[in-house]
Amino acid sequence: MGSSALVLLTICGIAFAAGGILLSKALAKTSTNSQKGETYECGIPTTGTSFIQFNVGYYLFALIFLIFDVELVFMYPWAVVVKEVGMPAFVEILVFMFILFMGFLYAWKKGALRWD
Amino acid sequence: MDLSILIEKSVLVVILFSVSLAVAAYSTYAERKIAAFLQDRYGPDRAGPWGLLQPLADGGKMFFKEEIIPNASDKFLFILGPCIFMTTALMTSAAIPWGKSLHLFGRDISLQVANLNIGILYIFAIVSIGVYGIMIGGWASNNKFALLGAIRASSQMISYELAMGMAIIALLLTSNSLSIRDIVDQQAGFHWNVFYQPLGFIIFLVCAFAECNRTPFDLPETETELVGGYHTEYSSMKLGLYLFAEYTNMFISSAVISCLYFGGYHFPFIDSLNLPQNVAAIISVFVLFAKVCFFIFFFMWIRWTLPRFRYDQLMRLGWQMLLPLAIVNVLITGAWLTYFK
Amino acid sequence: MKLLGEDIVTETGEFIINMGPQHPSTHGVLHLKIWLDGETIKKIEPHLGYIHRSIEKMSEKMSYRQFIYLTSRMDYLSAHMNNQACALVVEKALQVEVPERAKAIRILLAELSRIGSHLLWFASVGLDLGGVTPFFYAFREREAINSLMEENCGARLTQNFHVPGGILEDVNPDFQKRVKEVIKQLKDNFHEYDEILTGNVIFQNRLKGVGYLSKEDAISLGCSGPTARASGVVCDIRKSNPYDGYEKLEFDEVVLTGGDSWARYQVRMAEMLQSIKIIEQMIDNMPEGDIVAKTKNVIKLPKGEFYQRVETARGELGVYIVSEGAATPYRCKYRSPNFANLSAIPIAAKGGKIGDLIAIMATVDLIIPDIDR
Repeated sequence: MGSSALVLLTICGIAFAAGGILLSKALAKTSTNSQKGETYECGIPTTGTSFIQFNVGYYLFALIFLIFDVELVFMYPWAVVVKEVGMPAFVEILVFMFILFMGFLYAWKKGALRWD
Repeated sequence: MDLSILIEKSVLVVILFSVSLAVAAYSTYAERKIAAFLQDRYGPDRAGPWGLLQPLADGGKMFFKEEIIPNASDKFLFILGPCIFMTTALMTSAAIPWGKSLHLFGRDISLQVANLNIGILYIFAIVSIGVYGIMIGGWASNNKFALLGAIRASSQMISYELAMGMAIIALLLTSNSLSIRDIVDQQAGFHWNVFYQPLGFIIFLVCAFAECNRTPFDLPETETELVGGYHTEYSSMKLGLYLFAEYTNMFISSAVISCLYFGGYHFPFIDSLNLPQNVAAIISVFVLFAKVCFFIFFFMWIRWTLPRFRYDQLMRLGWQMLLPLAIVNVLITGAWLTYFK
Repeated sequence: MKLLGEDIVTETGEFIINMGPQHPSTHGVLHLKIWLDGETIKKIEPHLGYIHRSIEKMSEKMSYRQFIYLTSRMDYLSAHMNNQACALVVEKALQVEVPERAKAIRILLAELSRIGSHLLWFASVGLDLGGVTPFFYAFREREAINSLMEENCGARLTQNFHVPGGILEDVNPDFQKRVKEVIKQLKDNFHEYDEILTGNVIFQNRLKGVGYLSKEDAISLGCSGPTARASGVVCDIRKSNPYDGYEKLEFDEVVLTGGDSWARYQVRMAEMLQSIKIIEQMIDNMPEGDIVAKTKNVIKLPKGEFYQRVETARGELGVYIVSEGAATPYRCKYRSPNFANLSAIPIAAKGGKIGDLIAIMATVDLIIPDIDR
């Protein structure tokens, strides 16, 4: 029941986005001009392409994120049942978090979280 | 499946859809009016009484603008980017309970598109997909400002998602449920989660600002650094979709904050009035909207007050302050629940 | 998709980005070519000339009464000080004694311009770093100053109020009252600036330790004005080579040794208060008398070279004139503060982030038409 409504909402969303773009395409006047299609770089012709190998700094964060996000997913089910299970659950997550936090501290110490 | 349920859900979806769009549209108006109020100016006042038709005029303008796709761009992805961002922004509203159930035609109608038992995870998942919209759009532009903006956006959004998730886990410890409706109903009376999870709330709020790319975390579109950020090359309705989706995100974030920490559609004394079910349901919807409006105002208030961070400062705040704080918060909450109770 | 072609492999991280000439944070048509490594700036190359109007060459075709007014278009926020420099160099060559009242009015208006200029700078610093509201705070007071300028000089921005030997016209009878009003408004509201920007932690973190310019660099690059004073260079022309009676006034030259953007910010904020102090000293005892010394209708400078410098809101403006004894300068050269200060940006911003560059540009406070002239 819930999922069909979700599908409906998704379809509405896609329809709105696509409809908006198509409608504006239909309504708006267009004129072609070779300069219009140029990449904007403050009025100066751009040097080279932007599809390049980019600085690794950003991706380091992505990697650490990936590790953490997976851990986080493990913690959701734990969080829901911790009240029922009580102390053992808490001790277990302490061990889990300890290992996680060590990894985090390692990354921190290694400078992966610093920006330069 | 029952046909009546399908009709009921369809009507609900259409209403919710229109309301999200209307709120997002009028958020743009509110943004300008609030900015004007904070800066001692008038703000938009030409289109209609008090400028109330301004969002329509802006929207209409977007439709009639010429659309330019840069030659160097990847055309397909260029169009796909804003579509993904907009669609995901609209989809998040499904998991939010907008009010108590109505009683119409002899049936209880729940004012929630989908009462998912993993509502929070659903919202997180959809928001994460939204990052793709920015990343794809910015990268496909083949513009250096857009590329920097897109990388900043994705880097920033995933970083703050962690602290946000940790803040939520602390909340889940007390609520024992991933369903947003359950969490809201547990806060009936005055047992708002914000009183039990003040630190978690602050972390969540800061992360919500970062997730919505709002000042002081508007690094992906810093006008003074990256011209327009990831949407530098966008024009016409595609730009409109990006801007519109941001306001929709802000609306949904406000709703999620209200639901998770401020009792959602509950308000202390109204529950004890013993009103008829339908009246109570309608009042509950207004209560939620009042809370949402306050948070939208709060978002704007901050935007027009604070300067923005630098990129490395933002990452440092996310990784080296909020994340450890959130982990400590989880541990304290867990220890409290298991040891002292 | 041509993405899978070869060019993606051959480009290895060399990321060149052009900031300007049409960029929101360059406040004009400055073009900075930036070599980036991720967010970090490896190298900056300023490209000039987008707003060159050949003011120096035009000056050579204009009489000594006319060429003064071209300079209002150089550093348009310090129009008074620019005009003053030109008037002073002519007076120096002719050895004309300017009446006391004219001197007093010159200083008053120059200090008001300085405050107005620093207010605009404050507004743009806030704007560049993402806070829009400070802009409106500063423009409230700047509006009062501009109105005062308009009442007395007839123009709000490019005031042309100086003539060789004095000033063009006497100020309005209620000038003193109006100046006091403006100064009172500014003093009453000054704490709001501190509340919205100076005291903001995010703002301080954006500026502190960012864009360090050492004293040696500042001197060797020829930096002047608040930019150099923030690096510990004592360079206020009003103190070292006083003109128009600055020597009789009591004010402090604000010198800090921080050298970073935060020091530049503080210097300018303190200079506004010093300017208020100067105005308050002068406003109640303005001398009476003539406003302009007698000069010939057609001014001809004696043969020779003349140089005069003044302290504008951005630093040292020098006017150098070579005269052949004719009614127009043979050669006219302006040593503009912004041109020298611009050269500090590549050094200060190197190794910083893109966000730092914005903070540096904002605190060095360039006026692009003054760079190109």
